Amino acid sequence: MPREPGRGGALVRRLTDPLGTLLVVAVLAGLWEGYKAFGRAVDDRILGIGLPVATDDLSMPHLWTIVGSLTAPARAGDTTSLAVYLVGETTVTLREALYGLAAGSLLGLALAVLFLHVTPVSKGLMPWLVASQTVPLVAIAPMIVIWGGKAGLPPWVAVTGIAAYLAFFPVTINSLRGLKSPPKVQLDFMRSVGAGRARVLWSLRFPAALPYVFAGLRLAATASVVGAIVGELSAGTGRGIGRAILTSAYYYSNGPEKLYAAVLVAAIAGILFVQVLALLERFALRHRHAR
Amino acid sequence: MSRNRAPLSRSGRRPIRVAAGLSAAMMLLSACGGMSDSTSQAAAEAGKDCASKTKVRVVLQWVAQAQFAGYYAAKEKGFYDKACLDVTIQEGGVNIVPQQVLSAGNAEFAVSHVTKTMVTREQGADLVNIGQEFQRGAYLQVAWADSGIKTLADLKGKRVGSWGYGNELTLFAAMRGSGVDPKKDAKIIQQPFDMSLLLKREVDAAQAKTFNEYAQLLETTNPKTGKLYQPSDFVAINLQDAGYQTLEDGIYAKESWLAKKENQETAAKFLKATYEGWGYCRDELAGCVDIVLKNGSALGKGHQTWMLNEVNKLIWPAEKGVGMMDKAAWDQTIDIAMKAGVLKARPPAGAYRTDLTKRALEELKAEGFDVTGESYRPETVTVTAGGK
Repeated sequence: MPREPGRGGALVRRLTDPLGTLLVVAVLAGLWEGYKAFGRAVDDRILGIGLPVATDDLSMPHLWTIVGSLTAPARAGDTTSLAVYLVGETTVTLREALYGLAAGSLLGLALAVLFLHVTPVSKGLMPWLVASQTVPLVAIAPMIVIWGGKAGLPPWVAVTGIAAYLAFFPVTINSLRGLKSPPKVQLDFMRSVGAGRARVLWSLRFPAALPYVFAGLRLAATASVVGAIVGELSAGTGRGIGRAILTSAYYYSNGPEKLYAAVLVAAIAGILFVQVLALLERFALRHRHAR
Repeated sequence: MSRNRAPLSRSGRRPIRVAAGLSAAMMLLSACGGMSDSTSQAAAEAGKDCASKTKVRVVLQWVAQAQFAGYYAAKEKGFYDKACLDVTIQEGGVNIVPQQVLSAGNAEFAVSHVTKTMVTREQGADLVNIGQEFQRGAYLQVAWADSGIKTLADLKGKRVGSWGYGNELTLFAAMRGSGVDPKKDAKIIQQPFDMSLLLKREVDAAQAKTFNEYAQLLETTNPKTGKLYQPSDFVAINLQDAGYQTLEDGIYAKESWLAKKENQETAAKFLKATYEGWGYCRDELAGCVDIVLKNGSALGKGHQTWMLNEVNKLIWPAEKGVGMMDKAAWDQTIDIAMKAGVLKARPPAGAYRTDLTKRALEELKAEGFDVTGESYRPETVTVTAGGK
């Protein structure tokens, strides 16, 4: 059996990867506080021109204020910390995103297979798919919410629908490319042994497409989280990190750090969501190292 | 033929498989609550005598907060259940316009302002006001005390913040009444929901509601003193006191829906239970605030207490009974909208009806409920830093 390449290298990587992540976080934090300190020192004006973003505590709270607000109770008379509350809301959003991602990916895959085999449909539909993704989401979201309400569905279904709406497109595009990726010689071989379309699809095209599908899925995963959050803004669900962001924006001057904290938690949740997919990808592609 | 799978290193990858499986499972299982709403014990108890319950939906103007406390109290305290109603309270949100949700048939009732709803009615939706909860307006125009602005006339030549979306109508009418043309004599600046523009002095005067944004100012720490801002730091011009009373939150339904006798019945029951909810919030300020907090996402207790106390002042005392439309106030609201050119014609006589509210109030009176709240006295709420 061929040895796995670079066992030692992997160990070093495992140590340096988190270091790199920490370094990036530290640099970003330094930039934030540095810009703020600079702005405070020159009173937000340089050579008579105002800085693009004001640096007072109302516009840019200190990082420690933001992180501190996470550990403080979300409100008086309740011991639940803001972090626990926000994470709880985030799980609602992530579940909507996950359902949306699943539905959107299945639709995306189905479309890719359809486009592969029925070229006229591909030619006719593709521009519309592109158009569907350029329509602003804030315009679509209330429509989907209203349709969902008409059909008597609970609001979270509409949110999931919006997540799926954003998720299917990258899966379609990437899967289609992946399905077309097997070289001609392999396709010819399949035909020479009498494999039909379905056989070629199942035994050659799908396995070859997997890395592409996962690339699409990663894009779809981030899109579905964005879709779920934006969907929540318009849906009367009352739950989810999108609603928490909306409420903290509404009461912004009361606690600017809360809005930043909510956005921070949403961002971290998005990263974790995509990381879970990356794990799935490593599992699905665990036998392919030759890249 | 063999499966297209490279026979490379099948071992040594178990941890990844386990981790991937576990995390996927966790995401599927996580937070199984939160997508449906629960029924309180009081509510379940109150509805036990009903043979069947009528399902209705009410859509609010914005996210859950004390401004809509009456509905949440009616649900939580079982007043809706007692009336054999199964009420779903739909929160508003970005780009959700309650009167449009109502005309699309996605709700039976909507909470909205008179002017906004009459504009939608003029566009062809058959919306009717069936109960006017807020009988007083809540608009303030707030300026810094050191800005020299003391009256509406002082807004001449100033940067004036306004929310738009119909909220500017009362302000503009009041400005015109004081000899300030909002188009020529002042710079109108689009204002976000919060008060940061005024706090950063990017506007000279900002719009605020007595029950919300004004309190947000007082809940903010003054960076110069390290203490909260004081009312004396600001000048709050009350548009109502200046004579510009316009009607805000009321309950609307569709004329076509109300044409059915049984729906009128349902509407009267809904009004009765909702007014009972507002009565609870009048008498039990703290208990009602707790109900709001339970239903709202990360709201501050201090701020919601302030809000409910101020909202109570808009409803109580209700001279002719809670929810009864006052024709003079209606006419004034319409006049202001007409003068601003927002409405082309006066809405017909059927644009509001008081019979359903009357019926609800008679039943409430018979049960010994105080429908006017004559003895109501607002409490004094102390502001808390950040509204916590």
